[in-house]
Amino acid sequence: MSAEKTAPAPAKNDLFKQITQGPGLVSVLGVIVALIVGGLLIAVTDERVATTAGYLFARPSDFFSALWEAGTSSYVALFEGSIYNSAQGFAPFLETLTVSTPLICAGLGVGLAFRAGLFNIGAQGQIIIGAAMAGYVGFAWHLPVVLHLLLVIVFGLIGGALWGGLVGLLKARTGAHEVILTIMFNYVALYLLDFLMNTQAFRRPGETNPISPILDTTAVFPALPGSRLHVGFLLAVLLTFGMGWLLKRSTLGFELRAVGHNPLAAQTAGVNVQRAMIVAMALAGALAGAAGVAQVAGTEKVLTAGIAGSLGFDAITVALLGRSTPWGTFFAGLLFGAFRAGAVNMQISTGTPIDIVLVVQSLIVLFIAAPPLIKAMFGLNPKKKKIQAAAAATQGGAQ
Amino acid sequence: MRMLSRKAGVATAMLGISALALSACGAAPEEGGAASANSDFTGCIVSDSGGFDDQSFNESSYRGLQNAKKDLGIQIKEAESKSNSDYATNLQGMMNAGCDLTVTVGFLLADGTEAAAKANPDAHFALVDATTKEPADNVKPIIYDTAQAAYLAGYVAAATSKTGKVATFGGIKLPTVTIFMDGFADGVAKYNEDKGKDVKVLGWDKKSQDGTFTGDFEKQDKGKQTTKNLIDQGADVVMPVAGPVGKGAAVAVTDAVKAGKDVKLIWVDSDGFLTAPDYKKVMLTSVIKTMDAAVEEVIKSDIEGNFDATPYVGTLENGGVDIAPFHDLESEVSEETKAEVAKLKEQIISGELKVESDASPKH
Repeated sequence: MSAEKTAPAPAKNDLFKQITQGPGLVSVLGVIVALIVGGLLIAVTDERVATTAGYLFARPSDFFSALWEAGTSSYVALFEGSIYNSAQGFAPFLETLTVSTPLICAGLGVGLAFRAGLFNIGAQGQIIIGAAMAGYVGFAWHLPVVLHLLLVIVFGLIGGALWGGLVGLLKARTGAHEVILTIMFNYVALYLLDFLMNTQAFRRPGETNPISPILDTTAVFPALPGSRLHVGFLLAVLLTFGMGWLLKRSTLGFELRAVGHNPLAAQTAGVNVQRAMIVAMALAGALAGAAGVAQVAGTEKVLTAGIAGSLGFDAITVALLGRSTPWGTFFAGLLFGAFRAGAVNMQISTGTPIDIVLVVQSLIVLFIAAPPLIKAMFGLNPKKKKIQAAAAATQGGAQ
Repeated sequence: MRMLSRKAGVATAMLGISALALSACGAAPEEGGAASANSDFTGCIVSDSGGFDDQSFNESSYRGLQNAKKDLGIQIKEAESKSNSDYATNLQGMMNAGCDLTVTVGFLLADGTEAAAKANPDAHFALVDATTKEPADNVKPIIYDTAQAAYLAGYVAAATSKTGKVATFGGIKLPTVTIFMDGFADGVAKYNEDKGKDVKVLGWDKKSQDGTFTGDFEKQDKGKQTTKNLIDQGADVVMPVAGPVGKGAAVAVTDAVKAGKDVKLIWVDSDGFLTAPDYKKVMLTSVIKTMDAAVEEVIKSDIEGNFDATPYVGTLENGGVDIAPFHDLESEVSEETKAEVAKLKEQIISGELKVESDASPKH
């Protein structure tokens, strides 16, 4: 009881900031703890561990070796599938970069909105619209090299920006909450694409399934021979630099951050808050649109209803883990890309279900969203220690 | 309070530990064991984003592979895809793992399978419910003329309907879904034609190829709501073609029965009486696609060195598609109807009666 009294719940805005922009150490520790818990889960659910536990007393060595093997072999496989293995060299790392590309782009979008104080969970819809527009330009128009790809990128960015900007506009003009708006816009985008995929304009000729024609070779990112890594990754790096510049060096970025810190103060200081919200959401949408472009013109080269997968939601985690900073998001995107790429190998070679990676990802969110939990686990919060000491003292007195 | 809860905690822990200890007293098995017959053959499977628990084609294909492991003693490897971007990586992973035959499930994997087959001419593939753009020597499509079996189900539905209205709805408008609905609608039309009746089909219009869809294969509450609406409109036989969403439909049908209505359900893909036994009381019949058997058969012939790329087309004739027994609702279907269904089945097998759908496999 006493602990709750002495640690008052932070005000809404503080909590938002604490979760989206807290110290980086919490992220690192969150990842480590999540990995350890994930490892335990793998070990406990392993078939051999379960069988050997049945005769634990008859031959305990079996149980403990199975336990250790289950935990470590999965993570070794994860590493071999995402960074390096002796058979393929660093080819898995290229795969990690490929998978990271859309995660980084969309993560930047979510993070940018976070910085402006907007809880943007609409990356999914923005990716879908971006991918749909980019994809359409890619397979329906037939244009010369360079120009075609450029237009694919531009239309993808515009698609995302429109979808995000619309949310910003509604929020600025009507005061509707962006969380509700973005969730609904996700659905609208999803079903819109579902519908489009069943129209003659989007469906592959001679095909009854909802799958688009393959994009023209002029419309796709050139790839590194022998891998799926494409130039889109460079776009992600550029965008990371761009967002860094925007936030640190430009007036617009300053305004966005000011609005994020305290909209009322920003308004008093002469910032047009409404405009800042619209711009922030449009830029966030454009970044998510870039993720859509990377998907449709980079890895997939074809448009389907599931083009966005769960990218838009993973992007939220990536942005949270990256503390909404450009480079934090970049490396968080790489980490999640590695999880994704490695999970495939883990699943195939050790039979560990791919869902375990989702569990680890979700645990990371949990630990980041509850910073006091991590701080308490590692004794990072001196105030808390004092409270515990005090609590122990009173308890001792009572007994 | 605090002391009490702590004591309770300790007691629970003790209980737990003793339970664990008791269950850990088994004898250790002997070391080693004989290698099974075909342990040098690796059969693999890559799901689409539905996963192996989709209660639909991923699940039944997966069951086929597991049966092959049990019956033929092969090694298996599995990769569940979480999104479309996983397909190529999973296929590449299977190639790296040295799979002899890889089962790929669904049209979304068709392009990826084609590419992997081209890059790995020695590996064999079985593509479930889809075909490649160009036929490949090492890809065997496993496809189904589901409309044939759905036709029989539609006929039974029309014959048992008391309100004169039957219904069907889908998850997403895909050919593998609408083929059920086309067959169902045609079966009802056949009944109307033969008997001079006017049983209506809600939820699907074959001519305009449009109808009711819940939008995905996940949200069971949507299936429940949709089914409730259809029942409110007077339908008393409902066939959901939506994988796990069908469970929502089953709940709605059960609720309606509890409320005193006489409503029945037609399951799809597997015999729902066996795979969804919670709802067996309302299960009239099921439209079955025997993918597990087909997958196992393809693996078996590959082990024997008889792999070929000719598509396997499941029909009433080869038993690839069928309708399930009526089980508990046997008495609800008249002997006359049963005889007519048997006759229709014969006519379809002999080719005398053609069941056609836009989504039928072209063979």
